[in-house]
Amino acid sequence: MEQTAYNFKEVMSKPERLAPGHRMCAGCGGTITVRTVLRALEEGDKAVIGNATGCLEVSSFMYPYTAYEDSYIHNAFENAGATLSGVETAYHVLKKKGKIKDNFKFITFGGDGGTYDIGFQSLSGAMERGHDMVYVCYDNGAYMNTGTQRSSATPQYADTTTTPAGKVSAGKVQVRKDLAAIIAEHHVPYVGQSTFTSNFKDLYTKAQKAIYTPGAAFLNVMSPCPRGWGYEPGEIMNICKMAMETCYWPLFEVVEGKWILNYEPKNKMPIEEFLKPQRRFRHLFRKENEELIGKFQKEIDRRWEELKNKCS
Amino acid sequence: MAIRERLSGNEAVAYAIKQVNPDVMPAFPITPSTEIPQYVANYIANGEIDTEFIHVESEHSAMSATIGASAAGARAITATSSCGMALMWEELYVAASNRLPIVLALVNRALSGPININADHSDSMGARDSGWIQIYAESNQEVYDNFIQAFPIAEDKRVHLPVMVCQDGFITSHGVENILLVEDDRVKSFVGEYEPEHYLLNPEEKMAVGPYAVSNYYMETKRAQRQAMIQARAVILETAARFEEMTGRKYGFFEEYQMEDAEYAVVIIGSAAGTCKAAINEIRNTTGKKVGLIKIRVFRPFPEEEIARALSGVKAAAIMDRSEMFSATSGPLGAEVRAALYQARSEVEVVNYFYGLGGRDITVSDFKVVYENLETIARTHVVTGMYEYIGLRSEQSEEV
Amino acid sequence: MANEKIYDRINEQSPWQDITEGNKIFEAATSRDFCTGEWRTATPVWDADKCKQCLLCTPVCPDSSIPVTAGKRESFDYDHCKGCGICAKVCPFGAIGMREGK
Repeated sequence: MEQTAYNFKEVMSKPERLAPGHRMCAGCGGTITVRTVLRALEEGDKAVIGNATGCLEVSSFMYPYTAYEDSYIHNAFENAGATLSGVETAYHVLKKKGKIKDNFKFITFGGDGGTYDIGFQSLSGAMERGHDMVYVCYDNGAYMNTGTQRSSATPQYADTTTTPAGKVSAGKVQVRKDLAAIIAEHHVPYVGQSTFTSNFKDLYTKAQKAIYTPGAAFLNVMSPCPRGWGYEPGEIMNICKMAMETCYWPLFEVVEGKWILNYEPKNKMPIEEFLKPQRRFRHLFRKENEELIGKFQKEIDRRWEELKNKCS
Repeated sequence: MAIRERLSGNEAVAYAIKQVNPDVMPAFPITPSTEIPQYVANYIANGEIDTEFIHVESEHSAMSATIGASAAGARAITATSSCGMALMWEELYVAASNRLPIVLALVNRALSGPININADHSDSMGARDSGWIQIYAESNQEVYDNFIQAFPIAEDKRVHLPVMVCQDGFITSHGVENILLVEDDRVKSFVGEYEPEHYLLNPEEKMAVGPYAVSNYYMETKRAQRQAMIQARAVILETAARFEEMTGRKYGFFEEYQMEDAEYAVVIIGSAAGTCKAAINEIRNTTGKKVGLIKIRVFRPFPEEEIARALSGVKAAAIMDRSEMFSATSGPLGAEVRAALYQARSEVEVVNYFYGLGGRDITVSDFKVVYENLETIARTHVVTGMYEYIGLRSEQSEEV
Repeated sequence: MANEKIYDRINEQSPWQDITEGNKIFEAATSRDFCTGEWRTATPVWDADKCKQCLLCTPVCPDSSIPVTAGKRESFDYDHCKGCGICAKVCPFGAIGMREGK
């Protein structure tokens, strides 16, 4: 698809495809992601929206209240990829048989639990088969729907309800899985990693590319959770900014196998700037844990260099 | 004119799929049902059908994709066995509660563990509470006929429930038998074009499926689902009548074999009914004893009143289960039939046997012993336990 | 009926016969009929005079409660705004203030 210049006012004037009245928490990052991605649909195009079980599902389609302006299907926790595969395949066969004339697009949302962990196999299958669909992970770094349990997307040292920081524990032991890279290794035509920038150009244009690139596409969107991360809901845009400025959450895309870095901070900020406002990292700022911040920084630096090499 | 052929049960189902030409089939290999998707893949490879095959990475995804396709407005099917269906478990309930008319070709095989690939009903019996209609077959002919009938049953507005069409692993799925096939055009018109009223890809209407339903809605939802199961009874019989008009082959909830004057009856599901019929013929020919058989075809919805009526004239009945459920009282068929008889205030003596688990053979001689035991029970009114075994090795008496 | 709400047809007192088949809903965006504005403990107040219509407040709203028409934002949708305060934080012109309570 031809990419036209990003006109913020025009984009903001497009009709809303996620209706209000859903029960997500005040200040939720997940719904900001959903709104932005759905806004990238062309106005004339129809869509079927899929959803893995999670906060978004139980809050956005509580019988009889659906928050979607498009048709929608939720099936279970671990099968958003497979479920939408079925919908997309039905579309192709019904179109082939002349039973459907309209254009439909297929977008499914899953949290990091439903995407990195329990839904990983189903996602991998859907990507490998190359269904013409977009899988969007709204990554809030833990199982938030069940009360902030650790997932493989949870950053190292985060205090979660199943990796609590305690007298002999400094939170989660392991480092985060790099899911966007894993999906890129499926050799799908489009993978993007994004989060919220002030005019949302990065996420919007990535969503546009993901939706309108034929074949399977994957978007990994850091979507902060005020309750699980422990910050004032109003602070979300600063949290996202610090994630980018510290290189904790790099913005990149992989287009037909080519790695592209979308943002490189002029002055890479120390990781404390991202960690400090969040209750889940509070224990790292105790005297005895000083060296852990150093280790965290080292892992960030290592991954950042690795990413820059891939993108060069 | 019907087409005479010799086919295995798997081939017969695959042939029916070719004739029905469904829209979408996601499937994953597992013994002994693997051949079904293989045959379908061949039909697709040679341009003989329009079906889109989805090469899913697990059975959980097979049923998930089938649900997606069905909700989207496609006629969607899949096939599996044993642990494959166990992996679908969660999705079986979702398919039924979403009221999707999916058809599943199930080749019955023992559930692990230990791993075992042979005939056993533990897979489908474990799924008996999932809200699916379950139809069983004795032979290749029956599984072919049942498969064709499954679509008009599932898709009827009064029903809208998924249907599991079951056959016994290897015995039926791989055994080659004579079969009468219905001509393609007659199958197509019997099944009809699939035209759902509500579906995700309907350009005229938005649809949302799969909500979170709180306590205030869940119970009412289940009651509505039960209503569909109740209404399915009439639809199953109407469909069977229509099928009989087309083929001359008669089907109901169950088959009664030599039951008109029977004093001793076996109640059984699946391929072992054939062995039991051979025993009945031999006993009646050599001794004149009045022995008969009820072969269950439809286990869900369970025809409790009809079964109780069919058994009302017998002195003693043996209910035969091909799967364990570790209940203190019985196997799954034993529990259902006993409950039906209790509700009908029946005084028939009942014994419940486990047989054939994990593919253990059952022979004509075994059935002869069963009928002898029924005579003893009718005379003494002593049933030694809530359940017994056939063909089990033991140091103490647990055997027939 | 234009003004009919989804809860007029399906609600927590509905008998089982009124539950839609398979819990499917055959229309879009019925959540609009559910008022989440009740949740607010703080309320954003828009000062139209200070507003430069930069629209930076609109994409950050998790509750789609800042309607935009032809490039211009309108008053808050107080039926649904949960009062999270993100919009107030991102406004570069101090045109959104937060007031305690509903």
